[in-house]
Amino acid sequence: MSDTSTPDQQAPEPGTALETAGPIPDPGLPAHTWRPTDVDPAKERRAERQVAALFGLSALCTVAFLVAYFTLDVGDDWHVVGGFGASSMALGVTLGLALMLIGIGVIHWARKLMGDHEIVEMRHSARSSDEDREGTLQALDDGLEESGIGRRPLIRNSLLGAVGLLGLPAVVLLRDLGPLPGKKLYHTIWGDGTADAPMRIVRDGIWTPILASDLEIGDLVNCQPDALMNPQRYGIDPSEVEGVNLQVHKSKASLVLLRMDPGDIIPGKAADGGSRDNWTVDGIVAYSKICTHVGCPISLNERTTHHLLCPCHQSTFDLADSGKVVFGPAGRPLPQLPIKVDEQGYLVARSDFDEPVGPSFWERDYYER
Amino acid sequence: MRLLNRTAGRLSRHRRGPLAGLLVLVLGLLLTGGLYAVLAPAQADNTDQDNAALVKEGRELFLVGCAFCHGQNGEGILTQGGSQYGPALTDVGAAAVDFQVGTGRMPMAVPGSQAPRKKVVYNDKEIEALAAYVASLGTGPAVPDADLYDTSSPGDLNGDGTEDEKDRDLLVTRGSQIFLANCTACHNFEGSGGAMPRGGFAPKIRGVDSKHIYEAMLTGPQSMDTFSDGNIPPEDKKAVIAYLETLDKSPSYSGFTFGGLGPVSEGIIAWLCGLGLLVGFAVWIAAHTTRTSKQKDEA
Amino acid sequence: MSVDVSKVAKTNGTEPATTSGAPKAAGAIANWADERLGLGTAMKKNLRKVFPDHWSFMLGEIALWSFVVLLLTGVFLTLWFDPSMTEVQYNGSYDPLRGVHMSSAMASTLDISFDVRGGLLMRQMHHWAAMIFIASMMIHMLRVYLTGAFRKPRELNWVIGTLLLLLGTIEGFTGYSLPDDLLSGTGVRAADGFMKASPVVGSYMSFFLFGGEFPGDSIIPRFYAMHILLIPGILLALVAAHMLLLVYHKHTQWPGPGRTEENVVGYPMLPVYMAKAGGFFFIVFGTIALMGGLFSINPVWKLGPYDPSKVTAGSQPDWYMGWPDGLLRIIPPWETHIWGITVSWNIMLPILVAPPLMLMVLMVLPFLEAWITGDKREHHLLQRPRNAPTRTGIMAGLMTFYGLAWAAGGNDIIAIKMHLSINQITYFMRGAVIIGPIIAFFIARRWCISLQRHDEGKLLHGYESGVLVRSPDGGYAEKHLPLPEADAYRLTARDADPTPESVDEIEESGHQVGRRRIRARLQALFFADNVQNPTAEEIEEASHHAEHELHELESQIAAGPNRHGPTED
Repeated sequence: MSDTSTPDQQAPEPGTALETAGPIPDPGLPAHTWRPTDVDPAKERRAERQVAALFGLSALCTVAFLVAYFTLDVGDDWHVVGGFGASSMALGVTLGLALMLIGIGVIHWARKLMGDHEIVEMRHSARSSDEDREGTLQALDDGLEESGIGRRPLIRNSLLGAVGLLGLPAVVLLRDLGPLPGKKLYHTIWGDGTADAPMRIVRDGIWTPILASDLEIGDLVNCQPDALMNPQRYGIDPSEVEGVNLQVHKSKASLVLLRMDPGDIIPGKAADGGSRDNWTVDGIVAYSKICTHVGCPISLNERTTHHLLCPCHQSTFDLADSGKVVFGPAGRPLPQLPIKVDEQGYLVARSDFDEPVGPSFWERDYYER
Repeated sequence: MRLLNRTAGRLSRHRRGPLAGLLVLVLGLLLTGGLYAVLAPAQADNTDQDNAALVKEGRELFLVGCAFCHGQNGEGILTQGGSQYGPALTDVGAAAVDFQVGTGRMPMAVPGSQAPRKKVVYNDKEIEALAAYVASLGTGPAVPDADLYDTSSPGDLNGDGTEDEKDRDLLVTRGSQIFLANCTACHNFEGSGGAMPRGGFAPKIRGVDSKHIYEAMLTGPQSMDTFSDGNIPPEDKKAVIAYLETLDKSPSYSGFTFGGLGPVSEGIIAWLCGLGLLVGFAVWIAAHTTRTSKQKDEA
Repeated sequence: MSVDVSKVAKTNGTEPATTSGAPKAAGAIANWADERLGLGTAMKKNLRKVFPDHWSFMLGEIALWSFVVLLLTGVFLTLWFDPSMTEVQYNGSYDPLRGVHMSSAMASTLDISFDVRGGLLMRQMHHWAAMIFIASMMIHMLRVYLTGAFRKPRELNWVIGTLLLLLGTIEGFTGYSLPDDLLSGTGVRAADGFMKASPVVGSYMSFFLFGGEFPGDSIIPRFYAMHILLIPGILLALVAAHMLLLVYHKHTQWPGPGRTEENVVGYPMLPVYMAKAGGFFFIVFGTIALMGGLFSINPVWKLGPYDPSKVTAGSQPDWYMGWPDGLLRIIPPWETHIWGITVSWNIMLPILVAPPLMLMVLMVLPFLEAWITGDKREHHLLQRPRNAPTRTGIMAGLMTFYGLAWAAGGNDIIAIKMHLSINQITYFMRGAVIIGPIIAFFIARRWCISLQRHDEGKLLHGYESGVLVRSPDGGYAEKHLPLPEADAYRLTARDADPTPESVDEIEESGHQVGRRRIRARLQALFFADNVQNPTAEEIEEASHHAEHELHELESQIAAGPNRHGPTED
């Protein structure tokens, strides 16, 4: 039996594999055959020259890299060659070749010129020797005996308790990573505005308010609340919609408006059971742009079917049917924003959404909004 | 030459020079061609032909090439099952026709979920006629004027009193943001296109004529939404076009883009080119090298 | 002391000082180091350590060297990158984005790309190296699994390897999210959605990670700390452990003439293996540099800064996260609303259940196989995949699942490039990810068994020589020649399979009956149809039979008018 097997394998238990000798005996290591570069000095010198040439070529490429670095411009005026930015490509090609050629040279050297006699080395069992094990176990025993931990359960248990408790500060110190969610996920910046300024809907990126008469059937408008550009108009502190806060609001308040034939709209129900009839204006519907699956913004609308497709995981919502999911992994329909027109004819929100916008979370249905 | 002279008869044959026949042939051709060029009815620029004639010509073209799917009066045709064969064209406008026919999408070769862009079948004059005819059927946007999509006149965006490169740069930047807000969801950040439901697709929009981009935004072809002037105002459409032109003209700073499809193509390249090359090298490194049957002379 | 480098007094002890010429420079340095580090002892065994040579042993090296490239290019990038989400107005050289508001992280990434010479190259090299790092870890894992190199004593190394794969994936995700561009930001948004969907603590986890409501201004700096400090630290430690174990256990080798379980046959570390591995490092580095220069990856300037209201078609994570994304796309809209709580199965199953489950399955494979086969011996000789059909089949099944889910993650690209309906692709994939692996398992397993039968045929009847002979009766036969001894040995250098415990034996012994019955049945299934080595007698007999046939054939040819040599007339 070889010494690479464990002692308890001397008599294999039933159901375990046997190490049997195969039917053909080991012919032993084959005799060494020489390479042409070993026997023929001309070939050997040729291989040497090849290796040196590869290294020399690499050096040239390195020089080319340095030249490219200092002569090819980036910044305002990139050198352009063949429709490509020259600097990055040249630096990459020269550096790449410089490195590869060294590698190829070294490998060529190893394959053709370095000694290639196969060498045999004996393995050792992964297991430590029996005497090492004895020694270690003895040392462990002695040490533990001297510590007395075995005989002093009181010390042991109280130590474990104290150390275990130290896990808590490690966890608790992370508490201030962030605030508690509170009710933040339940509301967006949309609302009914102030007494004399209902919350207008504006074009995203253009920031102009939208007249209902501006839109034709088939128009899909990507929108934002006007409060993001004119916060004071709605009694909102400007710092609330600056910098990171702007992004936070956009991640919930982004909106799409779609104008369709009013006859296409299927009447729907609000969360409180009421109807959605006054949520639209003359065939113009407003939906959250944030997918209810994991929150990607959606604006792929198939105009002919008014199906809105999310590019991330292909959840598809029917905008004529209260945003119902018609395909894909989203579990909930797209929230609809109730809209109306103000005195000048601009499209405005009636109120905030009647449900939390965006991806689902555990307690979503639980709290009163 | 000899042949031509040979047929002239035994007497005449020797009275003419050897090149006489050839000369007569060439003169005849020149005369015929010249007369034709002068006298044949002009097919080029017909700006003074009045609109009614254009509409009439368009109607004739329409009856031959379009009525089969769109109806004799552009009223649309339903299949027996009630689904749409060719939609009604009464309110699509001249712009839609100019786009659809001008990009070769129409006439559609086979019915399907979407008309792909293909070889343009009608010439510019015919497209104008068809557009005029369809425009006469109802309402709908007209073919846009060149200054609406010509980005060499960006307008004085920075208010410094002149229209120059700086204004064009501002137009491009503005266009990039509008493009990202409205277009990339379907057409992808490079304009390489994207998937729509049930086999539809948003096509690649790079290398497309500015006029056609404007018209596509205006008319919402196939299942694309409309971006009427009330949705994206004309100056902002021009900004989007300016950005797309910049994308087309920009050098590729980073190398080959493999279609600009994003992480999917990048992953394919990493596996095929990157790993493929490296595993190839590994096979070389560990491969058996040449052997010889000669023996080494030990000293 | 047996080493006597010079006679100059070196110690403060009683040894007398003598002078006898200055030692050579290299010797002096080595001496200086050895007197402090004891290198002589440490390096004695390792300088000429033997490593067996095969291309498939170099796949792990690709991972190792690409990791080194990641470290080098990564350090370069940290010199310019600003991991802050403070909003700035871009004012660099890329015109179309000038004046646009973006985070400082994105702005510094644009600066690296356009205003630092070699910056774009380094960024792309770093990203390509990451892709290759994870891809090579995967094919290395496949190689180790399919050749049985994970068996005792290397199970722990396997576990370390799966952890490296996991950490590499997370490292890649945090890394490509750092520029805060539209594509990676969409991925971060999805990650936020995954967290929110987690049971009970979901919204809390989301607020804690982002330092508030999504997107907040903390996520990029936190990803940065994870990406350049925490995870690389753990990666380095695990890589070191992985290498140490490899050195201690020595590398496995293919069976063959002269190769046994007790030895390693190959080339020494110095010079051959060092040259091959070192050369390969330069080749990997060079390939990544070529890719970084020639192939575009993640052109953030065309994506623009992340904005929660913007998105691009073709939004996918990097390829190594493609398979959970695919599962996420194909899963039906399963969400339960009950007692005021929302249980989002449609997110939990593909993201919170499937990846950890896959990881667990991978990690447990060596231990599961060891339990089923009952094999407690050390193994240093590799097995050909065909000689372990069930094992190969299992991996074929896992790979098929992985591959189909991965393809499902690119379903929109497949739809537009192959003119298919994205809805149909999704429906197809829903069935395929379940049925495909099962079919793959069976096909792979039977394929292995039939390859084994072919090998057995070669052993018993010789290999097909390609020479056809026609007998006088008109029948054709192909001459088979006996395999060379080395090849025959190679084919038979494998262990016999165990016979499972019989039901009677188990019942008799009376303990752990249930467990052992299951194990016996699994063992029977594991080794079912596996072709065993022919015995020595069978080989003898077969070769006699072959010789006899050959004689007969040749005598028939000699006797009749058909000859296989040139005719005499």
